Amino acid sequence: MSENNNPKVGLFVTCLVDLFRPNVGFSAVELLEAAGCDVDVPRAQTCCGQPAYNSGDKADTKEIAKQVLDAFSDFDFVVAPSGSCAAMIKKHYPEVFEDEPEMQAKFKALSEKTYELVSFLTDVMFITQSPGAFSGSVTYHDSCSGLRELGVKEQPRKLLKNMDGVEIREMNDSEVCCGFGGTFCVKYSDISNAMVSKKTQNIDDTGADMLLAGDMGCLMNMAGKLKRQGSKTQVRHVAEVLAGKLDGKPISGE
Amino acid sequence: MELTSHNLKSNVKDALGNAQLQKALSNVPKGFIDKRAKAAAALDEFEALRDKGREIKDHTLANLDLYLQAYEQKVIENGGHVHWAKTAEDARRIALEICQKHNAKTVTKGKSMITEEVELNEHLLENGIEPVETDLGEYIIQLRNEKPSHIIAPAIHLNQGQIEEDFRRVHTHLEDDRDMSEPETLLAEAREVLRKRYFEADVGFTGANFLVAETGSSVIVTNEGNGDLTQTLGKVHVVMASIEKVVPTLADCSQILRILARSATGQDMSVYTTFSTGPKREKDPDGPDEYHVILLDNGRSDMLGTEFEEMLRCIRCGACINHCPVYHSIGGHAYGSIYPGPMGSVLTPSLAGVEKAGTLPNASTFCGRCESVCPMRIPLPKMMRHWREREFEQHLQPKAARYGLALWAYFAKRPKLYRALVSFAMPALSLLGGTSKRISSLPLASGWTKHRELPAPEGRTFMQAWAQREALKQEAK
Ligand code: SF4
Repeated sequence: MSENNNPKVGLFVTCLVDLFRPNVGFSAVELLEAAGCDVDVPRAQTCCGQPAYNSGDKADTKEIAKQVLDAFSDFDFVVAPSGSCAAMIKKHYPEVFEDEPEMQAKFKALSEKTYELVSFLTDVMFITQSPGAFSGSVTYHDSCSGLRELGVKEQPRKLLKNMDGVEIREMNDSEVCCGFGGTFCVKYSDISNAMVSKKTQNIDDTGADMLLAGDMGCLMNMAGKLKRQGSKTQVRHVAEVLAGKLDGKPISGE
Repeated sequence: MELTSHNLKSNVKDALGNAQLQKALSNVPKGFIDKRAKAAAALDEFEALRDKGREIKDHTLANLDLYLQAYEQKVIENGGHVHWAKTAEDARRIALEICQKHNAKTVTKGKSMITEEVELNEHLLENGIEPVETDLGEYIIQLRNEKPSHIIAPAIHLNQGQIEEDFRRVHTHLEDDRDMSEPETLLAEAREVLRKRYFEADVGFTGANFLVAETGSSVIVTNEGNGDLTQTLGKVHVVMASIEKVVPTLADCSQILRILARSATGQDMSVYTTFSTGPKREKDPDGPDEYHVILLDNGRSDMLGTEFEEMLRCIRCGACINHCPVYHSIGGHAYGSIYPGPMGSVLTPSLAGVEKAGTLPNASTFCGRCESVCPMRIPLPKMMRHWREREFEQHLQPKAARYGLALWAYFAKRPKLYRALVSFAMPALSLLGGTSKRISSLPLASGWTKHRELPAPEGRTFMQAWAQREALKQEAK
């Protein structure tokens, strides 16, 4: 595919970005290309399998994982604009194949080349400056998987701070779960609602213009609640701001 | 206690609608989280001690039978008695027999989750023996006829005003106009009332944080000193503990003690750490005449060698509960089992069966905060997922969820079909959102739209747009 020495990156779009906010996917592509990567998007991807995995359906999880393995075999890196999908591939696929050592070895290799988008940009491509322009105040929610499974915490803040005109206003309890939890938010919607209500209170208290995070699930949950409460806070994936692709509709709608 | 975990949803509704409870719960994070973080940060070897703790317990569990035998032998050498209880019923029966042998009318109790697990109080009462809880929190909930809502802070679901009311209701021999505005005065009052009871009691029950195989000692940690009085003032001291509490040596015990209180309350050590090793010896100034240990299994040995074995490392510090955002929202009683929070969501299905308590491991977002603070590095989310796997295998999940998942998986495994479907569906859903780009209600998604708007999709999927971009690129070449 590429005749140069640029790293070949396969974008794992994630199902929610694919279905709900393609703009986030294109922002990821722009960020990766600006960082000097050749990006392609394998057609044979659907989802990372978390809905099956977290429902206890191991057989389907395995099949979906194998599909991802095949689709991304030709790439130097697999990058996802999501901490939880990246952690699924990086941390959980090898666990799922604990009882199949040969397959597990393959998934360990996949694990090693898989990254969450922003940490890939900073920790692997050593990017300090993002291409986008934005001015305004933002607050950043640390999504659980990215934070606790992949150590994504300072990376997005570092890039945001290096953007002229961006003011970060930290919220209280930015590391506390927003209550999304995949199917949890519909199975236990009342608990989820109690959790997201605390989160939106903390977001509102910052007075920031915009809420950012690195995971569509959490973003849709928080955006949905903010909207229901009549909040004016715009909600976007951090990649959109870093890439300066703010022409698309925010996740919070209008 | 009757397990009501299967009613989790209605328990949750009640809890969320209970203003007193919500007020009390708002203090939980403040009370524990910063303190633990500071204590952990102040001890350089804290993380290394967590590894060490895990190692000690894993080694013990791999040789559990040997260490239990060694422990039993030591207790007997020290002049104590060991009783093996396979089930909760066995434990209750043995405890009652000991009390009856000594014609006990009242017994005092130090704080013990195992006696809660086997419902010792109820059993004693039914047989005409009055149990007196001596831990302040346990005392309060006993007055209220409630169960603990937290494993180390049993009355954390209550506000001070509620406790004051209970004390005024029960302690009628005290003056009406006494000042009860400070937590300390409540504690002092409870102490005063309880002091008398210690001397009346014939038997003292305690739990154990550790059982030391090397010496035959049982170890408890408390902040009130009530455990000491319970076990030394009665004629008979009965320790009721579960089998996984055993550790090989005193050195092992002290290693784990260093992370126990720090994880639980952020203290370097609890105020009292008490070792008891058998009955009073000839030259001892005080101590019980008889010393009994009741070792409870109640399903634990069945966890050995399974994917749930690691749960047996638990030292009941409560850190996972203190950090759990689900617990912060609903409190302990809503879980409907004696063990709440993440540790309960793993343990309860082991003790009661996943068919009865399967809701618990499902009521988690897998946020992972519990695992990140567990001093014994127990992978709690992973084990909750293992319970979901068992449920899935046994078809225990609700039909709608099962069929929904199966349908989704069918498409997720067939990328071409999936593409065809979503290329059609997402633009349609987008239209539904109108210009505001949000959807306020949607059939089948009511779990979502009950509390939030659903952001409407942009329209075309990323994959459609990407395919077009690539095609244009090709054309341009
Ligand atoms: S599971 Fe871990 S954090 Fe929770 S009570 Fe047990 S030892 Fe403490």
